[in-house]
Amino acid sequence: MAAQTRPKRPFHWHIAVFLAPAVLVYTAIMILPLAGTLQLSLFRNVDQSQVFVGLDNFRTLFGDPNWSVNFWNALRNNVWFFIIHMLVQNPVGVLLAALLSSPKLRFSAFYRTAIFVPTILSFVIVGFAWKLILSPLWGVAPHLLDFVGLKSLFTPWLGKEQYALTALSLISVWQFIGIPMMLIYAALLSIPEEVIEAAECDGVTGLSQFWKIKLPLILPSIGIISILTFVGNFNAFDLIYTAQGALAGPNYSTDILGTFLYRAFFGFQLQVGDPNMGATIATIMFLIILGGVCVYLFLIQTRLRRYQF
Amino acid sequence: MSIATRSLPRAIGAHAILLTYTAIALFPVILVIMNSFKSRAGIFGAPLTPPAPKTFDLIGYTTVIGQGDFIHYFQNSLVVTVGSLFFVLLFGAMAAFALSEYRFRGNTLMGLYLALGIMIPIRLATVAILQLMVASGLVNTLTALILVYTAQGLPLAVFILSEFMKQVSDDLKNAGRIDGLSEYTIFFRLVVPLVRPSMATVAVFTMIPIWNDLWFPLILAPSEETKTVTLGAQLFLGQFVTNWNAILAALSLAILPVLVLYVIFSRQLIRGITSGAVK
Repeated sequence: MAAQTRPKRPFHWHIAVFLAPAVLVYTAIMILPLAGTLQLSLFRNVDQSQVFVGLDNFRTLFGDPNWSVNFWNALRNNVWFFIIHMLVQNPVGVLLAALLSSPKLRFSAFYRTAIFVPTILSFVIVGFAWKLILSPLWGVAPHLLDFVGLKSLFTPWLGKEQYALTALSLISVWQFIGIPMMLIYAALLSIPEEVIEAAECDGVTGLSQFWKIKLPLILPSIGIISILTFVGNFNAFDLIYTAQGALAGPNYSTDILGTFLYRAFFGFQLQVGDPNMGATIATIMFLIILGGVCVYLFLIQTRLRRYQF
Repeated sequence: MSIATRSLPRAIGAHAILLTYTAIALFPVILVIMNSFKSRAGIFGAPLTPPAPKTFDLIGYTTVIGQGDFIHYFQNSLVVTVGSLFFVLLFGAMAAFALSEYRFRGNTLMGLYLALGIMIPIRLATVAILQLMVASGLVNTLTALILVYTAQGLPLAVFILSEFMKQVSDDLKNAGRIDGLSEYTIFFRLVVPLVRPSMATVAVFTMIPIWNDLWFPLILAPSEETKTVTLGAQLFLGQFVTNWNAILAALSLAILPVLVLYVIFSRQLIRGITSGAVK
């Protein structure tokens, strides 16, 4: 290895050949367009030509009531979408993983495979299947609630402004729970036997063993899951689009940044699509995601203690 | 050992929770597939029972196969997924080899540059990607989708594969060098066969989001000739809002191929996740 790369040697063509295709495709299709999108957000189309307007587009987005009402609504909804994921998806994922990782559990391969099934399905299937199930026309949901005597609780959740977003968040949780479950399962399996045995010798068993020994050891994995969820949520689009359409009804109550970006970029009904405003919204999403990733990398990850075995 | 198996009641409790959740996870899928084989009366009269001789009906499937061009959409999805997968694995493995095998100036920086795409979704670049594709005349071609998905899949592929390539023994590669093999031969003949299992893992991770994506087909290739299954199903479902037989049949047709692939590859996928490559 070292012989290959000692300085003062001629240029190593094979390194360039190995790297070139990946770097070229990645740069041309991802990095440059990303930079292009950020740049586009600083321009505006005036008389068929792009004019530099500085931060005017952002001022419009935050201040002009035509845009800002929808923008703040989408952002608020997106935050709620993320909160539901953190509150439901991760705890349930940890619970399932903890149960699955017990070595004497039978059929664990079956449970693992089955619980991961929704994650591989497309949003189109998930969105539509749940739309049918929750539809008052079909009546599967009230029927099921009837079994547990809660039929009175049923309302058409996806059609009511106050419930639609929460219902969709829960559908999304249903779909993606496999990912936290698997990653935490993997983390739990990698805890060495000796640590657990030492805990048992000290009389730390059962639930307290979980809270005091295992949970601290899997915290880094929970951190990774949180940031993955964050990035995924602030970039989500497909589920809302499939279940509620580009208008994110009822009355924009399920509008999130992804659907808002889609409408701004392509237009809908009477509004004409505006690539510059689309780029502006994409830039905001970029900054939010970048902010989240930075908070994770510099504040959370460095403070989490990692244990080397 | 764990919180759940200290004693019999605990084991029962664990199974009860897991079974309940398994039921929640599978119920919608089973419900859709079950009802797709029923007549309209059966779907609405008794949605929760399996198809009986009286309610059995294939009308949904005949409508879907007669109306939608699903076979064609399916081919498009296959071309896009297999094409992107090929390039992600080839380019990803090559770049991963360069990063893990050679020490050169800018190695770490290049690794970070490529890893950027793991966290920043390519979707945010859509506005400029569309302009690029329009400028290069690639709109409404499958090539556009393959290019975008290749770029999307590369960062994670490079990251995972370089972790695995670090584990390939140096002695083996040096033995090859002493025997006069070129660096290319070492990569293609020695290293690639050794990391094949991890390439399969990367393949599964890359494949699922590509097959299921709605955003890029909707924006870059919405024409009739280039529709993918996901987009085709979305539009088809939108058209047939009131034809429940057709909707349920279309959903089942969209679920089944993915489900079959998953059952075949699930061990690979789960081993990939639990081997700790994705940390």
